[in-house]
Amino acid sequence: MPDTLVPPANDALPLALRSELRFLTCGSVDDGKSTLIGRLISDAAGLHDDQIVSLRDDSRRFGTTEDEFDFALLLDGLEAEREQGITIDVAYRFFSTARRAFVVADTPGHQQYTRNMATGASNAELAILLVDARKGLVEQTRRHAAIVSLLGIRHVVLAVNKIDLVEFSETRFREIEAAFAAFAAPLALHSVVAIPLSARLGDNVAELSERTPWYAGPALLAHLEAVETDLDAAEAPLRFPVQWVNRPDGEFRGFSGTVASGRVAVGDPIVVSGSGRTSTVARIVSFDGDLPSAAAGRSVTLTLADEVDVIRGDVLADPRHRPVVARRFAADLVWMDEAAATPGKRFLLKIGTATVPAALGRIVDTLDVESLTRAPAASLVLNAIGRVEIEAAQTVAFDAYAENRQTGAFILIDRSTLRTAAAGMVVESVDAARNVHRHAETITPALRAEAMAQSPLVVWLTGLPGSGKSTIANIVESKLAALGRRTMLLDGDNLRQGLNADLGFDATGRSENVRRVGEVAKLMADAGLIAIVALVSPFRADRARAAALLSKGRFLEIFVDTPIEICRHRDPKGLYEKAERGKVLNLTGRDQPYEPPEEAELVLRTVELTAEQAADRVVELVIASSSSQ
Amino acid sequence: MSPPVAAARAANKTQPISSPGLSPHLQRLEDEAIHILREVVAEFRRPVMLYSVGKDSSVMLHLARKAFFPARPPFPFLHIASGWDFRALIEHRDRMAAQYGLELLVHANEQAARAGVNPFETETGEYSRLTLTEALKEALDVHGFDAAFGGGRRDEEKARAKERIFSHRSAGHVWDPRNQRPELWRLFNTRLATGDTMRVFPLSNWTELDVWTYIQAESIPIVPLYLAAERWVVERGGNLIAVDDERMRFLEGETTEKRQVRFRTLGCWPLTGAIASAATDVDGVIAELLDARSSERQGRLVDGALQASMERKKREGYF
Repeated sequence: MPDTLVPPANDALPLALRSELRFLTCGSVDDGKSTLIGRLISDAAGLHDDQIVSLRDDSRRFGTTEDEFDFALLLDGLEAEREQGITIDVAYRFFSTARRAFVVADTPGHQQYTRNMATGASNAELAILLVDARKGLVEQTRRHAAIVSLLGIRHVVLAVNKIDLVEFSETRFREIEAAFAAFAAPLALHSVVAIPLSARLGDNVAELSERTPWYAGPALLAHLEAVETDLDAAEAPLRFPVQWVNRPDGEFRGFSGTVASGRVAVGDPIVVSGSGRTSTVARIVSFDGDLPSAAAGRSVTLTLADEVDVIRGDVLADPRHRPVVARRFAADLVWMDEAAATPGKRFLLKIGTATVPAALGRIVDTLDVESLTRAPAASLVLNAIGRVEIEAAQTVAFDAYAENRQTGAFILIDRSTLRTAAAGMVVESVDAARNVHRHAETITPALRAEAMAQSPLVVWLTGLPGSGKSTIANIVESKLAALGRRTMLLDGDNLRQGLNADLGFDATGRSENVRRVGEVAKLMADAGLIAIVALVSPFRADRARAAALLSKGRFLEIFVDTPIEICRHRDPKGLYEKAERGKVLNLTGRDQPYEPPEEAELVLRTVELTAEQAADRVVELVIASSSSQ
Repeated sequence: MSPPVAAARAANKTQPISSPGLSPHLQRLEDEAIHILREVVAEFRRPVMLYSVGKDSSVMLHLARKAFFPARPPFPFLHIASGWDFRALIEHRDRMAAQYGLELLVHANEQAARAGVNPFETETGEYSRLTLTEALKEALDVHGFDAAFGGGRRDEEKARAKERIFSHRSAGHVWDPRNQRPELWRLFNTRLATGDTMRVFPLSNWTELDVWTYIQAESIPIVPLYLAAERWVVERGGNLIAVDDERMRFLEGETTEKRQVRFRTLGCWPLTGAIASAATDVDGVIAELLDARSSERQGRLVDGALQASMERKKREGYF
């Protein structure tokens, strides 16, 4: 046995220098994962006597191996799980050598438990992927590697287990090693170390095995003791999410938090993410005395040279390398809730130390983790991974997860069940003006509305091409004008000749078209007008986003409900006919889906109503909505 | 000052042999625990720290003093007293409270005491449920605490290995292992529905060895019972039971003898086994620990022979 495994007895010196590694193990029960962890723990430290007694009792009752001790039984925690014979949650295990203390997140291999793997991976610096030498790479191996990479783990050990059951074959080992290298190439891993081992017999776990003379090393434990993983956070720019404002008396005002990345030193300039105000670090306060500097991971309290407003949720950052400050961003989600994710759903977003209301915008696609390809999707179900857009109710500070695992990570909390519904990783801001701060206005929308003597509204008509939106909208505007209301008509087709002339008709172009019209409608309402929008706007999420720009009751979604056969028959602009001849692509209702509103303020069934009657209904609704204010 | 206290004081002066400061490993554990303590204070209405006066509690108290410095810990400390606590433990508790200006709350299940519940006659599981679990739930309810810090560690026992750092309890302090929230990064979901509470374990990722090396490095005061001294004990069922006061009930044929012993955990004295030891200071305890062949809870009769008894106790509302 290498001497590093011998406990340092009365000599406290090695303990004082000991570092820490947190790693994740993934693989299925059959791959021998629990056996491997049990082996690592017992080889590194020596099992405690009473644990061995208990293990022997358990092995007789529940054991699945013919060995005297079933190492796996050392690990499974809860009664119900033990009786089922599978591990179904993340369990944390601890062992240490003189050089390092290890925290092992043990996660189950069963496919439906992506949630648990992501949880274990979020705080791990390295992952051990187990494969059975007899079976080689299986779907699950690929899935695990993809999740590990998505969660930002850059160091992987490919543990080719049960090497004894393939007669310690080098050929078999090299085959598996090469197959994994080919698959993992796009995963941006910094190190992949493949090790042939037998968890059951101990080959290449604590020490190199004589039965694999063709393998030069390292043994698993030696690699775990030596691998360097924690460089990224230290090298990133300073991020200090403020956790708690420390004000014991009128004199002292400190900002407590954990350095998420980079290093902070006395005299460093900082910027407050929320307000954009700058200052310099006056003191780094700790119980053991002031510190000259503090690196990533340290929990400290900062005081600033100037009196600037700082609250929990703000990020103190390097002014030369600022975090993104924005409301809307694209992110990858691991969906963890039984209830599926759908566009428009509202959550609490916890990012850094900030918690703000947020809505799920568009669902862009889902990731197929076996093929690493992305496909369009309308929802995300439990254990799905997908790209979405998140829209927060107010700006938050963040970085891309690929650049910063602390400030690019977030969770979504379901507002009614309060469950953690998703783990999220920021991809990028989708606000182009992400660093632009609002300027306070003197004349407010309320004052403008008062000057107009009316309640501004956005009346949003959605429906298939040819359903009658433009016709109805025109009549509505004439009637409202006759009643003395100040209005503005925003017709989709007209806007596409100017403001939106640069946009196409694919899904992305349509979303952007709707976003722009929504923003213009909001400006019109802010100007005090009643804006009438006639726009196909086929996607629910896009309409939800437009609605979210206005306060409740100010956005009236009206569904012009005309069956597609009638639209095609009417075909006022000849679109359906052109589409039939292949001269128009991406026609909604024909080539692209239309998602009807689920809770429209008003549904106009044009087969039962004339355009005049339909317009009257809309006008009634507008009058009722403006008098209810 | 009695000899054990002097020994503890002396031990607490011991500095780490190498360079000052914590090892990278202990530093990380300390920073993580401080982050958790602050997160609770920032997000909960009325937190409390469970203070059992044991070694883990001593570490927690120390961390609380560090986390909010220069402010004092902004929450009270709650001791659930069974009425059968070691005298030295009560003395230590009161000394700490006075020295650090803590808001100390002491709660006991008086109804059970009046009903004559005691560690000699009451069945052990029932005794612990009434004097610890019920008393704890009662105290949390009476004061309306929405979050309670506990010193539980995941390495203590199998049932704890899957415990969350933020452990959600539904109304009535019910722990449902199937319905715990996933914990990602440092982003703890602290939201509670009406009637729900949270138990929070800042030492989740610490091991017994970490606790002792931290106590050593930070010179944290501990109850002298953790260090070996000559004590009056009775040998019973393979355990050494200390005779802490005159209420001890002897079985036929039992005699007391003076032995050099220490305790690895401190529960109610009639139910806590001592171990023979020569470790009269913290260095000695660590040396014995590195050499240990027995895991920590073994000395507690309460856990006894029952497989997964911890899980049952947790479901009932124990930590």
